[in-house]
Amino acid sequence: MIVVNCPHCGPRNSSDLRPCGEVTTRPDPATASLSEWRTYLYLRENPAGWVTETWYCRSGCRRYFTIERNTATNETRSSEAS
Amino acid sequence: MNPNRLPVRPGEVIDRETSLAFTWNGRPHTGHRGDTIASALAADGVDVFARSMKYKRRRGIMTADHWDPNLFVQVGDEPNVRAGSRRLVAGMEVSAQNVWPNLRFDIGAANQLVGRFLSSGFYYKTFMRPKWLWHHLYQKVLRKFAPGGRIHWETSTHGAYDKRYAHPDVLVAGGGPAGMGAAIAAAEAGASVMLVEHEPDLGGHLRWGDADDLAVLADLAAAVESHPGIEVLVDSTVTGRYDHNWIAVMQRSHEIAPERLIKARAGSLVVAPGLIERPYVFAGNDTPGVMLSGAVRRLINLWAVRPGTRAVVLSANPEGDAAIADLEAAGVEIVAALDARAGEDIVEVEGRGRVGNVVLGDGRTVSADLVVIGTGWTAPTSLLNMAGDRPVYDPTAARYFPNQLPDDVLATGGITGNGTTAELVEHGRATGTLAANRALRNRHDRRSSTARARSPEGPIPESLHDTRASLARTPHPECYRSSSHGMVDFSEDVSSKDLVQASREGFDSIELMKRYTTVTMGPSQGKLETVNAAAVLAETRSMDMVDIGTTVWRPPFAPISLGALAGRIFEPIRRSALQDWHEDHGASPLLAGQWVRPDHYGDPVAEARNVRENVGIIDVTPLGKLDLRGPDVTKLLELVYVNRWQKLDVGRVRYGTMVAEDGVVSDDGVTGRLGEDHYLMTTTSSGAGAIWEMLEDYLQTYRPDWNVHVTAVTGGLTSINVAGPRCRELLLRLVEGVDLSPDAFPYFHVRRGTVAGVPDCIIWRIGFTGELSYEVHVPSGHALHVWESLLANGEDLGIMPFGVESQRILRLEKGHYIVGQDTDGLTKAPSAGLGGLVKLDKPDTLGLPELRAAYARTDLPILVAIQTDDPEVVPMEADQIVDGDSNRILGRITSSRMSPTLGRSVCLGQVDPSLAAAGSKVTILLIDGRRILGTVQEHHAHVDPEGVRQNA
Ligand SMILES: [Zn+2]
Repeated sequence: MIVVNCPHCGPRNSSDLRPCGEVTTRPDPATASLSEWRTYLYLRENPAGWVTETWYCRSGCRRYFTIERNTATNETRSSEAS
Repeated sequence: MNPNRLPVRPGEVIDRETSLAFTWNGRPHTGHRGDTIASALAADGVDVFARSMKYKRRRGIMTADHWDPNLFVQVGDEPNVRAGSRRLVAGMEVSAQNVWPNLRFDIGAANQLVGRFLSSGFYYKTFMRPKWLWHHLYQKVLRKFAPGGRIHWETSTHGAYDKRYAHPDVLVAGGGPAGMGAAIAAAEAGASVMLVEHEPDLGGHLRWGDADDLAVLADLAAAVESHPGIEVLVDSTVTGRYDHNWIAVMQRSHEIAPERLIKARAGSLVVAPGLIERPYVFAGNDTPGVMLSGAVRRLINLWAVRPGTRAVVLSANPEGDAAIADLEAAGVEIVAALDARAGEDIVEVEGRGRVGNVVLGDGRTVSADLVVIGTGWTAPTSLLNMAGDRPVYDPTAARYFPNQLPDDVLATGGITGNGTTAELVEHGRATGTLAANRALRNRHDRRSSTARARSPEGPIPESLHDTRASLARTPHPECYRSSSHGMVDFSEDVSSKDLVQASREGFDSIELMKRYTTVTMGPSQGKLETVNAAAVLAETRSMDMVDIGTTVWRPPFAPISLGALAGRIFEPIRRSALQDWHEDHGASPLLAGQWVRPDHYGDPVAEARNVRENVGIIDVTPLGKLDLRGPDVTKLLELVYVNRWQKLDVGRVRYGTMVAEDGVVSDDGVTGRLGEDHYLMTTTSSGAGAIWEMLEDYLQTYRPDWNVHVTAVTGGLTSINVAGPRCRELLLRLVEGVDLSPDAFPYFHVRRGTVAGVPDCIIWRIGFTGELSYEVHVPSGHALHVWESLLANGEDLGIMPFGVESQRILRLEKGHYIVGQDTDGLTKAPSAGLGGLVKLDKPDTLGLPELRAAYARTDLPILVAIQTDDPEVVPMEADQIVDGDSNRILGRITSSRMSPTLGRSVCLGQVDPSLAAAGSKVTILLIDGRRILGTVQEHHAHVDPEGVRQNA
C-alpha cells in the first residue's frame, strides 16, 4: 500500500483515502455528444509515468485534492509544484 | 530420561527443571521447556520425522530450524506445524503427517521403485489423460499422497487472529549481531525502532557460538533491552516489503492471538537476515542423519542434544570447522573430517532409516550414523528483491550480494559480507545510524510540507553520506553438487537428475524449470534449494552462474495463516439510539450495511396489518440524512436529482431520484426545505455515505464557487416513522406548536415543532408504507424518550412497533421500489418508470447525455407490478421471467411477498418492454422448474393506487 500525502492531513496510508483516478474535465452536458460524454466517463490516458490524480481524504479532512503520481514507481509529488 | 541429552551446555536454552510430557504418534515422550518439538524428539532418539512428498522417503532433521523441509508435523488439530521451530508445550499430541498409512511402512515408498514415472513434469504427463479419470481416480489418489496434515475446522481451538498497525522510524529485520547493532545505533540517533527476530531469542548465530560469542550476545541484548526506543519482537518474521516501506510482520505466539499480522510503515528498513546454510547435492543427501553444520551446532549448543555417535564432516568454511569442535565436545566420534577447500568430498550416503555407510571422494567407504555438511551459504535476499533489487552472484564468495537499493532500504550483516563479530556489529551500527538519519529527515520534510499536520520538532537533521566501510567478501569454494546426483528440493522431492532431464527437454531457463519441475515451489520456497537448482542448470548448460539468474523471491518470506491475513476487521457496527430498546423487546437483528436494525419483533405480518388498521412506529434512523445550508443549495439539488427543485417553497418536501453520470439510478429519497437557505436531504440507508461523498465531490471539484455547506446528521437525528390511519390522533396528543390538521399540514410538507416535550424536531408527511404517516426526526439524545412516549400514548390506539420486514411488505403493497433491489447497476432512469419526473431540458444534471440517449431507446426493460394468477404462489426474488416454454429470459422478479392486506402474492419485476403494458401475461420460471403465469398491473401500487390513505 502506498503513502499519499494529503495537503491538509499529511502522509496517509492510501486505504485512508479513496482514489478517484486521473483528473478529467467534465464536458458541458447540455452540448456534449454521447461519444464525448462516454470518453469522459470511461477513457483514461493511463500512462506508465506521471499522472495527475484526484484523491478523496475520506478518513481525514474529507477534502478532494490532486497529486501527481508516477504509475511506474508510485513516487508522488505535489501537483502544484509543476 | 532422554538418551541423547548431553550434560549442561553453556548456551543451552532448555530449562532442565521442567519436564514436559507429550506424545509422538501416540507414544509418550518428555522434553524440557525451551525445547522445540524436534529437539525433544531428537533427544529421545527419534530419527525419522516424516515421509517425503513424492517418493515417500524417510526424512529426519536437516536444518533444525524453521526452514527444515522435513519437520512438518500435526499438533492436535493444527496441521503443518514446523517442528524445527515450534516450542514444546506440555500435553502436545504430535504426529507425523503425509505418511499414509504410517511412518514405518507405507505404500508410497513403492514410488521409489517406479521413480522414473514420477520424474520431471510427471503431474503434467501422467495425470492429464484421459480426462474423466481425473475426477474418478487421480484426484482421490493424489489427495491421499499429497503432503499436509488434517484440518479440523469443526473443532478448531485456535483463538482469534489479530492485526496491528505500527509506524516505526526504523524497522530492523533480523536480530543477529548486525541487526542488534543497527537497532541500538538507530535508537541512539533518536529514531523509534522495531527490531524483529525470527527465532525465539535475539542473537542470530551468536546463540550457538563459543564463549566469546555468548559474551558479546549478552552485552548487545542488554543494550537493546535497556533502550526505551527499541521495541523487540521475537518469534516474528518480516514477511514482505511493499511500496513506500509498507512492511508486513508476522508475530507468532503472541499472548492474545496465535498469529498477529503487524502492518508497519517504516521510515527506513534495515535488512539483516544473516545467511541460510545451503544443502549439498549428492546421492542419499536426504537420508536421516545427514545434517547441515548449523543443525548440529544448534542441537548441541541450544538444546544439549547429541545428534549422532559417529560423524563424517564435510566442511568448506569456518562454521563447518566449528561444528567439528562442537561435535567433539559433545562426545561424537569424528570418523572423517573432510576439507572441501582441499577438494575432499562425499559421493554417497547409504542407509534408509539412518545414515549407515558413507562413500568418500577418495573411494573409501566408512561407517557412520551422522553426516555433517558445511559447504556454503545462501543470502536470503527476499526483502531486497521486494524493494526492487536484483542481487548479483559473486563466484569468488559463492553467493549473491545486494546490488542497487533504494535510499529507504539498507542491508547489513552477513547478507552484505563477512567479518568478525565486532566487524558485523560495527557495520550494523553504521547502518542503523544512516537508516535513522534518513528516516528522521524524511519525517521532518513531510511534516514541514504539510499545511496543518503536526509541525516538525527541532531543526532538520543533517543529511549523512553513506560512509560505511563494506564488509569483506571472504573467498569460498563453489560447492553445489558432488559427482553423484541427489536431492535439490527436499520439500518437493526434486533431484538434480530431474533438473538435468528438464533442461534436456527444453525447460532450460530457471523460471521455466521451476514451473516444470516444481523446484523451489514447496514450503521452503527456495531458501534451501534455489541456488543449487541454478548451479545444476549452469552445469548442465555449461554456463556461468551469473548468467543463469535465480527465480524471483516474492512475499511472503515465511508462510502466513489465512486466519492472520483476515485478522480482525476494523469495521464499526452502527446502532441507533433505540437499538437497545429493540433488543430488549425481542427484535430479531438485521444487518444492513454497517447498521444493525430490528427486522421484526416476532410477527412481521401482524406488524404490517397493524399499520394498515391502527398505528405503528418504526425506527428508520439509518436513512441517510444530510443537512444542507447556503444560498446555492437549489443549484446543487438541480444538479444531482433528475427532477426540478427551483420552485420548492419553504415547508415543502419533494421526492427525488438521482442517477450517476452514466445514467444509472443511484439513489432516491425526499428533501425538505426547512428555511430560506436550509434543507434536509434524505438518502437510502445504503447510499448515505456515497451520496455525501458525491455531493462533496461536485461541490469541491466541479462547482467550488457554489456556497453550500453539507453536514451529515444521519446518526445525530433519530428518525421515527409513525404510520397508520390513527397516527394523527396519536401525534395530536404529543405535538406542540404544529397544526396537524390535513389542510394546515398536507402530504409532502415539513414542519418543525415540539414532540413529547422535545423542541426542534423535524416532522414531515411522507408515505413509504402508503399509509397516512409522519416521519419525526428527533435529536438522538432524546430519541428513547420520544419513542417510549409514542408507545405509552398510543396504547389505546393499538400502537405496535414494526420492523424492516413489515415495512418491506407495506412498501411493496404500495409499489414503492427500492434502489439496489428493484434496480441494479444497469437500470437506467427510464427503466425505473420515472417518466415525467426526469427533466431532459435542464441545462445541467448528472448523466444528462446518457438520460437523453436512454429516453430515445425503446428496448430498455421496464419496472412493473406483477400479480401471479395463482394468488397463493409467491415467486422468489430473482426468479426469471421467460418466453413461454423456452428459456429465453424476458425479465425477472425483483421483489415479492405475500400481501396481508390483499391476501395474495404481489411482486415487482423488470420486464422486456413488449411485456410492460397493463394486462400483459408473463411466464415466471420458479426455482423448482415450474412455470406459472402472472399479469402485469396498471400501477406499481397493488394497494391504494389513488393514494387516498396517505393523503388522508
Ligand atoms: Zn486530509
